[in-house]
Amino acid sequence: MSALNTPVTIYVPRDSTALALGADQVAAAIAQQAAQRGISINLVRNGSRGMFWLEPLVEVATAAGRIGYGPVESDDVAALFDAGFLSGAQHSSALGLVEEIPYLKKQERLTFARVGITDPLSLPDYLAHEGYAGLRRALGMSGAELVQEVLDSGLRGRGGAAFPTGIKWKTVAATSAKQKYIVCNADEGDSGTFSDRMVMEDDPFMLIEGMTIAALAVGATRGYIYVRSEYPHAIAVLNQAIATANSAGYLGDNILGSASSFHLEVRKGAGAYICGEETALLESLEGKRGVVRAKPPLPAIEGLFGKPTVINNVISLASVPIILARGAAFYKNYGMGRSLGTLPMQLAGNIRRGGLVEKAFGVTLRELLQDFGGGTASGKPIRAVQVGGPLGPYLPPLLFDTKLDYEAMAAVGGMLGHGGIVVFDDSVDMAKQARYAMEFCAVESCGKCTPCRIGSTRGVEVIDKIVAGESHVVVQQIKLLRDLCDTMVNGSLCAMGSMTPLPVLSALDHFPEDFGKGQLGQAA
Amino acid sequence: MQIEASVPQAVPSDPSVDLNQVRSIIQEFKTLPGAMLPVLHAIQDALGHVPPSVVPLIADELNLSRAEVHGVISFYHHFRQQPAGRHIVQICRAEACQAVGADALVAHAKAALGCDFHGTSSDGQFTLEPVYCLGQCACGPNMQIDDDLHARVSNDKFNRVLRAKRGVQ
Repeated sequence: MSALNTPVTIYVPRDSTALALGADQVAAAIAQQAAQRGISINLVRNGSRGMFWLEPLVEVATAAGRIGYGPVESDDVAALFDAGFLSGAQHSSALGLVEEIPYLKKQERLTFARVGITDPLSLPDYLAHEGYAGLRRALGMSGAELVQEVLDSGLRGRGGAAFPTGIKWKTVAATSAKQKYIVCNADEGDSGTFSDRMVMEDDPFMLIEGMTIAALAVGATRGYIYVRSEYPHAIAVLNQAIATANSAGYLGDNILGSASSFHLEVRKGAGAYICGEETALLESLEGKRGVVRAKPPLPAIEGLFGKPTVINNVISLASVPIILARGAAFYKNYGMGRSLGTLPMQLAGNIRRGGLVEKAFGVTLRELLQDFGGGTASGKPIRAVQVGGPLGPYLPPLLFDTKLDYEAMAAVGGMLGHGGIVVFDDSVDMAKQARYAMEFCAVESCGKCTPCRIGSTRGVEVIDKIVAGESHVVVQQIKLLRDLCDTMVNGSLCAMGSMTPLPVLSALDHFPEDFGKGQLGQAA
Repeated sequence: MQIEASVPQAVPSDPSVDLNQVRSIIQEFKTLPGAMLPVLHAIQDALGHVPPSVVPLIADELNLSRAEVHGVISFYHHFRQQPAGRHIVQICRAEACQAVGADALVAHAKAALGCDFHGTSSDGQFTLEPVYCLGQCACGPNMQIDDDLHARVSNDKFNRVLRAKRGVQ
C-alpha cells in the first residue's frame, strides 16, 4: 500500500504543564483537522520531554526520527497541516529532530529515559522501552542480593535528606515482622520542583516497578503512594496504571507467577506541606494530624501502623528499575565523590528555558542557569537562586560555580534537596523573601515543637520591625533575628523548623542591603 | 446516664446535609487502614465541604472522639467546613511563581472577585484559595480552577479563564 494509507503517528503531551498551556485543545484541533482532510493519523498522548518553554510540543514520527513543532497553539494547527508537517516539513515552529535539541541532547537521562517518549499509560510501550526488565531480574534474586545491588549503586534518597537507600532497605529487611510496608513519599511540596509529578504523570509504571522491587527486597506485601492533593492529574494516572499493572499480573498476588505478592494503593494528601516529612506522612496515612514523630524509633523499625516501613521519595524508587536492569556498576559510573548516579534537576521561576534537566551529579549551577536555562525570562540579570526548595538558602551569583553534589553544596551553606532551582531577577526584594520563609513556616508548622511553631511567627514580626525600623532598632532586631534562627536550627524537631532559618540567614548574609532603610542594612 | 442526658447537643442538626448519604460514604471507606483521610475526601467530594454535622457520624463509625475528627479536619488546608462557591480558584503563592509576578496576580484576583483568600465572590461563583505549588514551576504564575490548570497567567488570561467558566454554566 502507499505511504498515504499508513497513519502518521503524532505526539501531543498529556503532562499537566502541557495541559496548562493548552495541549488538550491542540490535540483536539489536530484530530479535527485530520478528520476534515480525510487523513488517518495515530494520535498518541505522550509525557513531556520537560522542555516546558516549548510546550505544547507536538512531535511527528518520520523515517528520520521524531520532528518537533512548538510551542503550538490550537490556532496554528491548520497552518501546520497546510505546511505538510505530517512529513516533517518546515514551519516557523519547527524544531527539527527533538533528540537533537541541545537542551535534551546534553542531558544524561537514566530515570527520565522514557519520559516524553512513551504513552505513560501504555504497558506495551513501557515494555518495549526496557520497562519491567529490572523486575524480571529482581524476581530471580534473593532479598539480600537486591538490597546489596541498591547499596552498591550508591543511590541516596533523592527527596532531600540524601540518606543511602540501601541502608534503609537493609534495616527493614532485617526485621522479622510479618507485615512490612513500602511507602512512596509523593508529597512533592517544594516550590520549584516537579520531577516527582513528571514521573507519576509521564512514566507511572517506572515508579510502580521500583516499589515492587523494594517490596521483593525487604519482604513487604503492601504499599502506598501518598500523593499531594494539589496533583489531581498524577493521582488519576497512577490509579489507571496500577489497575493496568494489576490486571497484567505485575501487581497483586503472585507477581508474574512468582510466590511474591504486592498490593499497591494511592492515598491522597490534604494540603499540608509538613506531610512531606516522612514521619508526619506516616501519621497522615494512619488517618491522623500530620504531626512529626520523634525519632527513634526509625520508620524502618516502627513505621506505618507500627510496622517496619521503607519510606522513599518518588525519584529514589523510580531510580531502582534501571539499577536492576543495567546493574549497580552502570549506575554508579555517573556522578562524583559520594554523590553517585544522576539527579533530575528542575529549572523554575524567572528562567527563559525552564524545565527538567537530568545530569550526573557535578554539573555547576552556572551551567544549568546559563547553558540550559538561558538566563532569566525577564532578560534582567539573575540576582538570586533558591536551590532545594523553600527551606534552601538563597545563593548569590558569586556562588554559581558551585558543583551540584551533596557535599559541595553543603560546603557553601547550600543544599541540593529535591533538585529544584528557583531563579529570581534583580527586581527581587530579599527581605520580603526572608519574611515569606518565616510566614510559610508559621502557616505550615505542624505545631508539635515550640521553636518552629512560635519561632516562625516571631520571625515574621522581627523582620517586619527590621524593614520598617530606624537604625538603632534595626541593629538590635537583626541580632534578635539571628538569635531566633539559632534557636530554631538547634531546637526544632524536624527540618521544617531547623531549616527555615537557611533562606532567612542567607538573605541577610548575601543581600544585607535589602534589610532596613537606606544604608542601615549594613548592620546585617 | 444522667450526665449523658444533660450534655447539650454540641452540633446543631443541619437539614441541608443528607446524613444517609454521608453514612453510606463512611461505610464504603471505613474498613481501609487509616480510613480517615479517604472518608473526609469522599465526603468533601460529594458535598463540597465537610459540615460540622457529620463529625459525630465519622467519630462513631471510626471509633474516635469528635475532638480527634475535628482535629484532623482543621489540620489540613484542603478540608473546608463551610460551603464554597461553585468553582474553587487556587492561585500559587510559592517562590517560583513569586519570581514571575504571582503577588500581582493575587492582587488582581482579589480585586476582580471582590474577596480575599478563603472568600467567595458575591455571585457565589468563585472561592479564592491560596495554594502552595501546583508543580508547574517552569511556567508561572499558575492557577487551578477545580481540576483545570493554567500556566503563565496574566491578568488578562485570568479574566478570560473566569469568563469562560461563567459561560459554561
